[in-house]
Amino acid sequence: MIEIKNLHANIDGREILKGINLTVNKGEVHAIMGPNGSGKSTLAQVIAGREDYEVTQGEVLFNGKNLLELPAENRACEGIFLAFQYPVEIPGVSNTTLLKNALNSIRKYRGEEELDAMEFLTLVKKKMSLVELSDDLLRRSVNEGFSGGEKKRNEIFQMAVLQPKLAILDETDSGLDIDALRIVANGVTKLKSSENATIVVTHYQRLLNYIVPDFVHVLYKGKIIKSGDKSLALDLEDKGYDWIIEETAELV
Amino acid sequence: MNSSHTMKEQFIRQFQSFETLLTGEDVSPLYKIRKDAIDKFSALNFPTVKDEEWKYTNINPLLNKSFKPANAIPEVDPAIIGKYLFNKNEFITLVFINGYFSKEFSDVESLPEGLILETISDAIKKHPQLVLDYFSKSSSGGKNIFTELNTAFADHGTFVFVEERVVIQKPIQILYLTHADEIFVSPRNLFVISKNAQVKIIETFAGFGASSYFTNQVTEFLVNENAVVEHVRIQDEQLQSFHISHLAVELERSSNFSSYNINFGGSLVRNNVNTKFLGEFAECRLNGLYVAEGSQFIDNHTSIDHAKPNCLSNELYKGILNDTAHAVFNGKVFVRQDAQKTNAYQQNKNILLSNEALVNTKPQLEIFADDVKCSHGATVGQLDKEQLFYLKARGIQEKEAKALLLYAFASDVVHSISMLQVRDHLEALLAEKIL
Repeated sequence: MIEIKNLHANIDGREILKGINLTVNKGEVHAIMGPNGSGKSTLAQVIAGREDYEVTQGEVLFNGKNLLELPAENRACEGIFLAFQYPVEIPGVSNTTLLKNALNSIRKYRGEEELDAMEFLTLVKKKMSLVELSDDLLRRSVNEGFSGGEKKRNEIFQMAVLQPKLAILDETDSGLDIDALRIVANGVTKLKSSENATIVVTHYQRLLNYIVPDFVHVLYKGKIIKSGDKSLALDLEDKGYDWIIEETAELV
Repeated sequence: MNSSHTMKEQFIRQFQSFETLLTGEDVSPLYKIRKDAIDKFSALNFPTVKDEEWKYTNINPLLNKSFKPANAIPEVDPAIIGKYLFNKNEFITLVFINGYFSKEFSDVESLPEGLILETISDAIKKHPQLVLDYFSKSSSGGKNIFTELNTAFADHGTFVFVEERVVIQKPIQILYLTHADEIFVSPRNLFVISKNAQVKIIETFAGFGASSYFTNQVTEFLVNENAVVEHVRIQDEQLQSFHISHLAVELERSSNFSSYNINFGGSLVRNNVNTKFLGEFAECRLNGLYVAEGSQFIDNHTSIDHAKPNCLSNELYKGILNDTAHAVFNGKVFVRQDAQKTNAYQQNKNILLSNEALVNTKPQLEIFADDVKCSHGATVGQLDKEQLFYLKARGIQEKEAKALLLYAFASDVVHSISMLQVRDHLEALLAEKIL
């Protein structure tokens, strides 16, 4: 589904990603772990198309298309969804307005008919139960006055409505209490299918108790230094990152 | 090239011919007021950028034109009127075309009891004392040349008198539609709202065809004890036109006044909004919006005079400027020495969409009392990049994402309008301007 080859990216002239290679196929869940400042969030943002980052080398293919040539909005239309680590508040734009515009923009891009008000409402109501959000949220402004947990649940709710091919969850677990974590993780698990894929970016192993990854990658100083299956996440939980860092240093 | 001087002479000459048309009125007290006004007008000079109050507002483009009073009603396609009028079943409707009252398009039949609604010229004939008690009392002390000019020519406009304890259910809409090059219109309104009365008034200023005309308008508002007023002013004049307005509001004890001053049109626009508290426990909300593009210039000067204690004022003006548009916001709040327990809040927020757009903003608080709560502030910025990225990352195209954010920014000003039709109309106008 997505092939990342030798990806290098800078911000303000500083190199953050230093040659990432990663392939994710449909039906798979990949976890990207790593200590703070290793470039995890940068990778998520670069894939989503944030313009503050400059890609200096490498390529990213998404279902065969050169993703780096597309602006963020068209990447989303192609089927990429970023669940933000810090979702912004947008006073004056309701959740309904956001979702309706987003959904119809994506449908238009794909040459599909736009949904009418009734069809849209039916879809939205169905998806709301998934993350246990109440109806009044729809009329409220995007994330305005939401608690940390509500913001993250709202991200997953949007994901449920937009049905992306590739979802990237950027530290979705940070700041969540155990109940909110369970709700968010259940939502993500229910949305999983053999046709879509998920990249979970996280600092902690605990989210992976709920969203079980097929592959785990350790990102350190802008490179993936180790990949493995879900047992790697458990090892990290036990022993921290130092042993891998040392192991890698010995190899170099 | 024209100048301030020749412009003045033109108006004075035109007043002389206007006078001859006022047959039989030379004995009326209004005639004296007019004569007095034209004398004051002659004694004043048009302001230049050397005047503090006009520092950023160069009126030369106006002075370089020449204007005549309109002398006939042009043909108007009802569809043009329809664009601006609300449902006649739910509103009391007055339409003026080129300054003249249009019976055809107005609907002032079966007025509710306790409401006097007349054109200002009819009101002077039918209720001279009532009108003259208030007319020209609050708007000027012979210092504002445009106000004097309006008073001299004031022939067309609306008189509203709401009797004590009367609540007018239907909002009153007054549409001033202008079409023709080089004419000037001087609409003059007097709204007197008695004790415990309530009313909602919408004034719409619009034009059609690419015409360059000059609207010079004055509205006087007297809001008596415990009266409640909602006033919406929609200025959507032609892009070649000139618009100068003066709104003077006097607020008696425990009265409540909400103003919405919405500006989309005009090449050179100057609005003065002056409110004064004459009694305690009154409330005043001034909301404003200006959306300008091309080389439009829109200037809002507001003033709130807390002359009495225990009053509340809350002011929010917002602007969106594109291309080389230029806006001015000057908001004065005076809190007089004995105006203790005053609450006064003022904000001006602007979004600039191009590098050449410009806003001069000057929120001013002058506080002479010591037990008050006051705040003021101004912001000038671009669209929030984080918000824009968030919307784009959801698949919304850049143009639509920007429009959504601008719309959210601006619609905030009209949210609290109680009349759903008016709010919908403004939101549609706004969407038309932004999208």
